[in-house]
Amino acid sequence: MSAPDVIPVAISGSDLLALAPHLALSITIVLVMLLIGIKRVYAISSAVSVLGLGVSAALAIIQLYQSLPNEVPQQITPLFRIDLFSLFFVVIICCAAFSLSIFAFYYFMRLNDDRDEYQLLLLLATLGGVTLATSVHFIGALIGLEMMSMALYGMLAYPVHSNENSGASLESAFKYLILSAVASATMLFGIGLLYAETGLLTVIGVGALVSDLSALVGISLLFIFAGMAFKLSLVPFHLWTPDVYEGGPMPASAFLATVGKVAVAAFMLRLIMHTNALSVPSVNFAIYSVAIVSVLLGNLLALRQLSLKRLLAYSSIAHMGYLLIAILSFSVEDDGSISSETGMAIDAVVFYLLAYVVMSLGAFGCASLVSSSEHESDSIADYTGLFWRSPWLALILTSMLLSLAGIPLTGGFISKFLVFFAAVEASQWVLLLVLVIGSGIGLYYYLRVIFQMLQSPSKLEAMELSRSNWGARGAVLMLFLVTVGTFILGVYPEPMLNLVEKIALSL
Amino acid sequence: MILLSLIGVFFFGGLLAWMSEIVDTRLPRWVAMLSMLVSSGLVFRLIFVLDSSGGELLGWVDEFKGPWIPSLGIEFFFAADGLTVLMLGLTILLGAVAIASAWDEIKERVGFFYFNLLWTLAGVVGVFTALDLFLFFFFWEVMLIPMYFIIAIWGHENRRYAATKFFIFTQVTGMMMLVSLLCIVYFHSLQFGIFSFNYNDLLRVDIPRSFDLWIMLGFFTAFATKLPSVPFHAWLPDAHSQAPTAGSVLLAGVLLKTGAYGLIRFTIPLFPEATAVFAPVAMTLAVISILYCAKVALAQTDIKRLIAYTSVSHMGFVLLGIYAWNELGLQGAIMTMLAHGLSAAALFMLAGGLQHRIHTRDMREMSGFWILAPKMAVVALFFSVAALGLPGLGNFVGEFLALLGAFSVSIPAAAIAAFGVIFASVYSLWVMQSVFQGPQLKQETKDSPHETLLDLDRRELFFYGVMMIGLLWMGLYPQTFLDLSSGVVEGLVMSDGAAVLYAGEFLK
Repeated sequence: MSAPDVIPVAISGSDLLALAPHLALSITIVLVMLLIGIKRVYAISSAVSVLGLGVSAALAIIQLYQSLPNEVPQQITPLFRIDLFSLFFVVIICCAAFSLSIFAFYYFMRLNDDRDEYQLLLLLATLGGVTLATSVHFIGALIGLEMMSMALYGMLAYPVHSNENSGASLESAFKYLILSAVASATMLFGIGLLYAETGLLTVIGVGALVSDLSALVGISLLFIFAGMAFKLSLVPFHLWTPDVYEGGPMPASAFLATVGKVAVAAFMLRLIMHTNALSVPSVNFAIYSVAIVSVLLGNLLALRQLSLKRLLAYSSIAHMGYLLIAILSFSVEDDGSISSETGMAIDAVVFYLLAYVVMSLGAFGCASLVSSSEHESDSIADYTGLFWRSPWLALILTSMLLSLAGIPLTGGFISKFLVFFAAVEASQWVLLLVLVIGSGIGLYYYLRVIFQMLQSPSKLEAMELSRSNWGARGAVLMLFLVTVGTFILGVYPEPMLNLVEKIALSL
Repeated sequence: MILLSLIGVFFFGGLLAWMSEIVDTRLPRWVAMLSMLVSSGLVFRLIFVLDSSGGELLGWVDEFKGPWIPSLGIEFFFAADGLTVLMLGLTILLGAVAIASAWDEIKERVGFFYFNLLWTLAGVVGVFTALDLFLFFFFWEVMLIPMYFIIAIWGHENRRYAATKFFIFTQVTGMMMLVSLLCIVYFHSLQFGIFSFNYNDLLRVDIPRSFDLWIMLGFFTAFATKLPSVPFHAWLPDAHSQAPTAGSVLLAGVLLKTGAYGLIRFTIPLFPEATAVFAPVAMTLAVISILYCAKVALAQTDIKRLIAYTSVSHMGFVLLGIYAWNELGLQGAIMTMLAHGLSAAALFMLAGGLQHRIHTRDMREMSGFWILAPKMAVVALFFSVAALGLPGLGNFVGEFLALLGAFSVSIPAAAIAAFGVIFASVYSLWVMQSVFQGPQLKQETKDSPHETLLDLDRRELFFYGVMMIGLLWMGLYPQTFLDLSSGVVEGLVMSDGAAVLYAGEFLK
């Protein structure tokens, strides 16, 4: 067993600078906590959280642009690595959290209870996500993962629906708590086994050892994959997803669906790239079967859902399956390493994650705009005639659903196109067939919602969308930006493709 | 630039039509009609450009190229040749007809309707003019969405089922085409080192024999679904019968032709070897389509479903002509596309007009309308005999040429397919007899409009008149149209692909 490279544990000034988004988030968390302690003013605590998220997003964007021309990956203690790849995901996570906190502000506005802690929990979860996306060490990843999950329990259990079904959110949080703890334990067991075999906890060093090691490494990688598959809600670890999505408040489900997925996926991508996991036959087979089952089962189970959140939950299962198809199309070299020079697969994965976050934000954003903590518009029947009641909102939701279905003009199409391209390059014919069948089934349930929106409304009441207050205005503006983003990704993806290419190379 | 402005006219015309609804609900249809006028001017200019460029073989006129996604080798590449011009002419004529048929029928959400109608046309124009395959695929998929809206919002009682079925059939087979498309692009990148979706580049790709049949099938499935051909035709009767009249007119007249266009432009030139192997199968499918759907048409009681099945039957002649892949066959296929576009659109407009007047499509409730609406009856008779292939009208020329072309490669196929013409006479005359002749039905309910069936008004007569002139022109002097497409057809027949096809001497 070779000793790991010695990396200085001390943190220098430039390291702190590189961790600026993390620090901005941490400072905001402390600040918000203090503010809540002094006096509960919903507007102020929310404004500070939104501002903090905006600042960290801006910092991350600046860092990304500074390191674009000549990238110097920065290793900060053995735990974190700041390179283009991690910066890109920090940007995605911070921007998504930024818009989610604005949606949440509007959603909780009429809640007759303590509302301030939601934003605090959201900040904590975001910090967890950012930590997870930047770590290259199993301990760092575990800290990030747990920080995110812990905060999410609170977010999901947030006391809403004050009268009707106040138990739903608690039930959903408990389901998530117990199953997520099991998943973390599984993952931890895997990490332990890997450590026992290789003596390494760093992700980057393990790769060279994996190909010529015992079966134990394969088993440990399988355990780690199972833990992450739970967080990504891949079949057969998906059972919690629809219930948790349905029970939790809309913004919390949205957070789970976007930040919660993308942070884990970012770490998993790094793990797969650096551990040569795909060259281990058992792991490869596991990912292969999970991908096929996720796409088919996710789409099939979504077919007859009556709740929009359950529908989106099942569709997210399928989407994570599509993502795995792109991952399986990585070009694995003879020595087991993955070449990032050739092929389109890594670009496809990164682009897919970006597009997925944007369109999920849009879909959940629409849903949370027509909902509030007092009444959730969750049943698909609630959307009957939305086209004629709030045409703009319906148009946005329609474009998001079409994007999720992968119809041209939208980012969802380009991302699916790239997955197709990657799979063709890797000659993954079975996976391509699954992709076509899955997308075909998927069309049905997306169209079902769209058709419902197109029908004449039974009662002609306008959506009560109080435009006068600036919480709603902010949410509408955010939704507008997300929509523009989806269309830019779909119509003029060139700049983003170039960026994604650089990011894939930095991995 | 003409092609680009053509798409632009429909794109912005659609937006303008939608917005004009705010001013007056009668304004959108005028805006839509105006866009058709402007676009027909553009097409006439295109014909002049084509004329002045001389009869080069496979020459493109009015090329437009611009970068789109250079890192994947995708560009804006529009160009036209004789075939494109014919298809564009048909699209615009039928677009105007569709607007005319929607004139009084659509009363709800008028602005949004004309927006969807014009955007469907924009998509169709894109399909006919795009020569970058990614761009082509883009338009191919995009034109579905407004069509879906047209069926789902303004359709009849069973519209959810019909619209969803239409969308899923076309989309899923579209994805198969996408896989095939990416395969060729991948082979291109292996052989030439760069990604390119350019049609002219992809023609040069040498596809390994073990793959090319499968790759070709991806394209064939997509186009045969749109055409449609048995066994991919199941969506069509539903979509046609549930769509509003304008939707049926566009579907039958224009959207089906994109499938045939795709076969002529892409499937066969890109995969000559695979086509040579596959041609007997395709011709068999064509013969089955012709006979089977003619038979099924006879069993229908819903007049729109009946016309829909006859459409499939007539499109079988197109498929037959295309896979004969000789000059006669191709010319016949193109003529049938044009003639069927006009006659089917007119028949759907008549059926839609009937439904609008008597609120049913059930032929058992129709009888003896000749006395009530003599003008309509005459018009219907004209288009029925056009559809059954009466000499002197366009359909006869098309189907005759297609059969002649098929005869030179496969006598059995041509001989069996010719029975389709007899079936066509049977169902056309049967419809005429049961709807317009026979005893008048007794008034059963008190609001039954049977006794006050309105005859055609002047606006309707004008558009039927235009289509009649078109069919007569095609039937009496087809040379005008044959000349426009002859350059393209000769180019196709003399290409490498044809050499392969003839070397195989398949089916003889």
